[in-house]
Amino acid sequence: MANWTRACDVDDVENEDVIAAVIDDVHYAIYRSPDDEYFATDGFCTHERFLLADGLVMDNIIECPKHNGRFDYTTGEGKGAPICEDLKTYPVSVEDGVVFVDLG
Amino acid sequence: MGSSSSTSAEGLHSVRTMETTSKNLDSIVVIGAGECGARAVAELRGRGFAGSITLIGEEAHFPYERPPLSKAALTAGADEKTPQPVTVADEARLADLEVAVQTETRVTRIDREHKVVLAARVASGEASGDRPGATAGDGIRDEFVELPYDRLLLATGARSRPLPIEGAEHALLLRTYADALRLRAGLTAGDHVVVIGAGFIGLEVAASARQRGCRVTVLELAPRALARAVPAELADMLVARHVEEGVDIRFDVNVERIDTVDDGGFVVELASGPQVPADLVVAGIGAEPNVDLAAEAGLECDNGIAVDELLQTSDPDIFAAGDCCSFPHGLYGGRRIRLESWRNAHDQAVVAAVNLLGGGESYVTVPWFWSDQYDLGLQLAGLFDDAAFTVARDRADGVSVLFGLADDGRLVASAAVGAGASVAKDVRVAEMMIGKQARPAIDQLTDPDVNLKKLLRAED
Repeated sequence: MANWTRACDVDDVENEDVIAAVIDDVHYAIYRSPDDEYFATDGFCTHERFLLADGLVMDNIIECPKHNGRFDYTTGEGKGAPICEDLKTYPVSVEDGVVFVDLG
Repeated sequence: MGSSSSTSAEGLHSVRTMETTSKNLDSIVVIGAGECGARAVAELRGRGFAGSITLIGEEAHFPYERPPLSKAALTAGADEKTPQPVTVADEARLADLEVAVQTETRVTRIDREHKVVLAARVASGEASGDRPGATAGDGIRDEFVELPYDRLLLATGARSRPLPIEGAEHALLLRTYADALRLRAGLTAGDHVVVIGAGFIGLEVAASARQRGCRVTVLELAPRALARAVPAELADMLVARHVEEGVDIRFDVNVERIDTVDDGGFVVELASGPQVPADLVVAGIGAEPNVDLAAEAGLECDNGIAVDELLQTSDPDIFAAGDCCSFPHGLYGGRRIRLESWRNAHDQAVVAAVNLLGGGESYVTVPWFWSDQYDLGLQLAGLFDDAAFTVARDRADGVSVLFGLADDGRLVASAAVGAGASVAKDVRVAEMMIGKQARPAIDQLTDPDVNLKKLLRAED
């Protein structure tokens, strides 16, 4: 069942960047791609518990700020060591300048 | 078995590599089951190596990460719950990879002529291999193993440098999980902890001890903290934070001796000034590469096991990677360096695995490391030693990102201190620019309104 929840405003995230969003005490990461599309994933790296929002976004890749584990944030796919587990992604929609995430 | 292992001239390396790989590479032995060794065996399988792989480690544990030992392992679960090591590869994962793991096993000799590693089981319990004065004879049980190899990887790491003073045995060292548990058990709130050394281990232990409610004094021989690798302005920021947290941190202090006192505590005697009483003494005065096996086997050593840019030792069938090796770095004029960091252990493991299989890949990764103290995080990329001058980018959030540039304008280092991992993005982009040997315009580099990624992409 869809559970669309407000995450942030579109301008809160810079182009090709990521911010943290805390919804009901759970951390998420909200991404804005180079093409100004928005994406959402779990907030913490699947390797160790570090916030991905501190990491670097280059194209469609987010890199963990600690161990450089990489994911495609559009699909959640892990891109090799030290990542063993993919990242959970969430559907996103943008309405009236607000980014909504479907937390299911 | 592979070709004979006599030391060959430089020029022969690549030829031998190709031959051995295609014909006679059935077994690889990896000595050292830390981050580097564990990563290497996984990478060997990832690259399709189907022969036998043996991973040998002295400790009782399967490979685990060392960075948390000075931080979370000391502070987390202060409610008496013992933290478990953060595994790099657990038993199931290594079984899945068909890697034969020999824990609590100490290699005593490498027989290069017969291409055999000789090893002995060490006494059960926590084998640190790290205690001052530990020798190859310590704790060995009457049980020996012989492991033939076609190719060998030395990932033997480093050990804590012992204090060169009388009473050194009274100071705890921190290298292994067992060391961390011992130290953790001694961090009683209200007790006075004396830390000798204001390097990374010393400062991280000091922060952890404060977080556990201990009173903390840090004694450093040099005039400032982190003198080896970190620019003074950043080291001073971390020191200021320690002072704010109530740590008594003193420089230019020469510790002469550690004595025990009747009530169970210690006194630390200084060359000048009053003695310092302590409930617990910890020493963090640096690390030394574990080169003994390599040196005894006649391999070239030079501040570590000397390898070339392929991480190959003076024996073409033996490679070395991680804290134990020194290597020429192409980004720094081929200067031989040795790095003690998680990233280097991890990345060299991958390159070593490729080259153990005959890949011929050079290691040119930019040095990078981090340190966490309280809620502050330091990240540093490159080598400030090679910088002729330093400039700063002062961000709106108060963080100052430093850039070190060579005489010719090439970016060679970058570092910053900020809350949590707030400096990670900038230092990471700078690291990529260093890797590209970028010569960025200073006015753009220092302008916080100019996106660093744009400067990076201008290099493409």
